[in-house]
This record gives sequence, C-alpha cells and structure tokens, in this order.
Amino acid sequence: MHHTIDVSDLKFSYPDGHVALRGVTLSIAPGEKVALVGPNGAGKSTLMLHLNGILTGEGDVRVCGLPLTDGNLGKVRAAVGLVFQDPDDQLFSPTVFEDVAFGPLHMGVPEPEVRERVARALAAVGMGDFAERVSHHLSAGEKKRVAIATVLSMDPEILVLDEPSAGLDPRARRGLISLLRELPQTMLISTHDLLLVRELFPRTAIMDHGQIVADGPTESILNDPELLEAHGLERMWSLADR
Amino acid sequence: MHVHFTDQYRSGSSLVHRLDPRIKVLCTLAFILTAALLPPGEWIHYGLLLIVPLLGVVVAGIGPGYLLKRSFIALPFALAAITLPFTVPGPQVTLPILGLTVSIEGAVRFVSIVLKSWISVQMAILLVTTTTFPDLLWGLRALHVPRVLVSVVGLMYRYIFVLADEATRLMRARAARSGEVEGHQSGGGIAWRGRVAGGMVGSLALRSFERSERIYDAMVARGYTGEIRHFAPPALSADDYTILVTLLAYLALVLATGLLFAR
Repeated sequence: MHHTIDVSDLKFSYPDGHVALRGVTLSIAPGEKVALVGPNGAGKSTLMLHLNGILTGEGDVRVCGLPLTDGNLGKVRAAVGLVFQDPDDQLFSPTVFEDVAFGPLHMGVPEPEVRERVARALAAVGMGDFAERVSHHLSAGEKKRVAIATVLSMDPEILVLDEPSAGLDPRARRGLISLLRELPQTMLISTHDLLLVRELFPRTAIMDHGQIVADGPTESILNDPELLEAHGLERMWSLADR
Repeated sequence: MHVHFTDQYRSGSSLVHRLDPRIKVLCTLAFILTAALLPPGEWIHYGLLLIVPLLGVVVAGIGPGYLLKRSFIALPFALAAITLPFTVPGPQVTLPILGLTVSIEGAVRFVSIVLKSWISVQMAILLVTTTTFPDLLWGLRALHVPRVLVSVVGLMYRYIFVLADEATRLMRARAARSGEVEGHQSGGGIAWRGRVAGGMVGSLALRSFERSERIYDAMVARGYTGEIRHFAPPALSADDYTILVTLLAYLALVLATGLLFAR
C-alpha cells in the first residue's frame, strides 16, 4: 500500500535566492494526523505548497502514490485539500456557496452532485445556514470553517491546513478543535499552538531551517524540553509541573 | 472592523426582487437605451419614462425618497454638457440672473441631457437596490458579458472591502503615532507628510499584490486551470417573460411616439 504523502529529499529555493527547503523527507500513512511545528521561516508553508504542486522543487513528491507531473496535477489537487492561513485568500467568491462549489465545479462534477457536496461540506463544518452569505461579513472563526468546507467539498484524501488556529479567539479555537477532531481525513497541519497539537495530533514533526529535525510521537517530542528550546518552541507547562 | 460602503442592496421579497437578474439587467439596458434615443425637449416622454423606476420602487417597497436621494450622483457627469447652451447656434436669449446669453436650442438640449441621465440613473439604482451583487454577476454572465470581465468585477467586489479594511488599519496606525509635544510644531512639513502618505499607498499596493498571488495560489490549489466555471442559470419563469415583454412594449411605444412627434 502506498503512503498518502511521500516526500523525499525535497529542496527548494525562492527566485530571490532564499533557500527554503534543504532536503525534506516526510511520509504520512493514510489516516495519520500529523502536526508540523517550528519557528516562522522554517519552511512549513513552503513544504505545504509543494504537496499541491503550486511550488515545485528538486526531489521527489508523491501524493497517493502519484508523482507530481503535469498530467497528475489535477488528481493531486483533488486529493490534497490545502487550506491557506488567511481565509480572505481562500474565500475569493462573492458568496459562501460559490466558494464551496468552486473546487467540485472545476473537477467537472455534475451540478446536482455539486449542490449535494456543498450542502454536505457546509453541514460538516456547522455552517449549513450560511450558504448565501457574503464571505466578508463572516467572523474569523466562521471564515475559517467555510475555508475548510471549500476543500471538504472536493472529497480530499488528506487535509493540509496552514496555521488553522491563528487569529481565533478561545471559543472559535475550541470550535475548530472539535471540528478537526470529527473530520475523518488524513491530516497535516502547521501550527504554533502546541496545546492543540497535544490534544489532536498523535504524531509531531519539528521543522527548522528547511529541514525536518525531529519526527515522532507527540508525547515524546513535547516532553523533550531541550529539543523544543533548540528550535524556538516553548516548553509545555502542565498543571502537574507546579 | 468592517467597511460596508458599496453595499446598495436592500433585501425584500417583492416582484421586483424576485425577477430574474437577467431580465432586470435587460430591462435596465433597454430603458437606458430608450432614454438616450429620445429626442431633446420631449418632456412628456421623459415623464412617461420616469414612471417606470417610480413604479419599480413602489412595488419593491423601497420608497421613492431612497431613489431620489441617490439619483443625484449622476448630475456632476451631466455637467459635461454644460457648454451646449453657449455653443449651439440659433436664436438666443439673455438670462435675467447672470446676464449670460444662451441659445434656446442649446439650453433645451442641455436640460434634456440632464433629465435623461437623471432618469436613467434611477433605473440603474433600482437594479442594484433590488438585486444582490452575486445575482447581478451571474445575470451578466448569463447574458454573455465576457467571463473574464465578470470575474474581474466579482473579485473587485470581494476584495474592495478587504482592501478598505487594510487602508483603514494603515491610517489608524498613522493616527495612533501622530502625537504632539508642547513647544514643538507638530505635523511635519507638507513634503514629509506627502512622503508618508505615498509610502502608505505603496505599502497598500504591495500588500494587494502579494494577496493577489496568494489568492491565485488558493484558486490553483482547488483545480483552477484558467477557466472559471459556474452553474448553469435556472429557467425563466412566466412572470419574468411577462414583465420583460410588457416593459419592452412600453418602451417601444414611448420611443416611437417620441420620435414621431419630435419637433
């Protein structure tokens, strides 16, 4: 059986010469929930853009066993649901409905099924009554949910979320956590929110300077203060430490 | 922090609201065309045209005051015709107030242009007041307005708010650091202030450019390949056809009599 995500020795530099990825290797099995943590500028977002073929670097990227070639790009993009950090970038259509319908319409799904998928995706994120709303008038938490619905409607195999809890108030963050817990898809998220990681993600990878520097069970990684400190992460305090 | 300045839509469930956007766009265009084609000085016919938007607001339950208040935005543009009374040859009269000499023919044409544009704008305002922007967009698309153009308008509508919010944030940040100290002249020189404002505009442009790249990435990530796809428009109802045919017939009548009886 193939992995959902298979990245090996991926290298990438931006056109301005900035080296973002220096040989990243990462595999994710179907059903796994993986958190990607690390300081700003470590290359987390750059790596995520590679999983969808938006950026292409040197090295091998396979999604559901498919190499990223021009011929496979459509299939790969249908399999990887990429949710951008700023929902205002993700939600570019006049209404919520049109935004959620965008992906399936582009996949050539027949219209009645698109409507079903939109209804299902919005219901899954608890935004069923918001279809005709204008995205601009939603709260940050609502926008984030709709942004997730825009990829759920494509029935992706893996959800890739860039800093999903950034900018949310505690209640919206709590709502997001329960939503992420309910979603059955394989998941890769980048975040600075270690509490969220501990709650939802059994596996954690630390990224720094364009490389994966640690990858393992979340419990052992978060309980390694030297490792966390070496890569700009804060040690987790729990009530038991006091 | 949200900016709502372009939303003209007023919700409702009247016949005017329920009409298919395609029909509304077509009616509005036909109306404006009729107004443009009517010869100058046909005052009665202008009145017959004015009945249409007035009837529209009454049926839509908006109230004529709403329309009237907004209809004057067109007046500055109509001033482009201000030279007519002074340049058109023919019999002239001297105005008692300013002592200006104007040609009667030119004055009639000028007043006609002002009236016609004022009436046309009322119809356009009725359209955007009773049609949501997304509906308007697919209406235009269904009428075969080039898709790229409609998409550009749609994206503009989506991001003008975001952009306005960003501009507001920039100006707040400037205001928050615009302090005064006693004994010093505050505010800086005009060149310096101009440079600051220029920097803000530049930073806004740069942010917009970066955002446009991220939006494009988000579109590509969901399968965008250069062609924007949309749902097929729904079928027109009997009401839609009745209104369209009635209005077109009325406009044809107004135009025909207006042209026939032209002086």
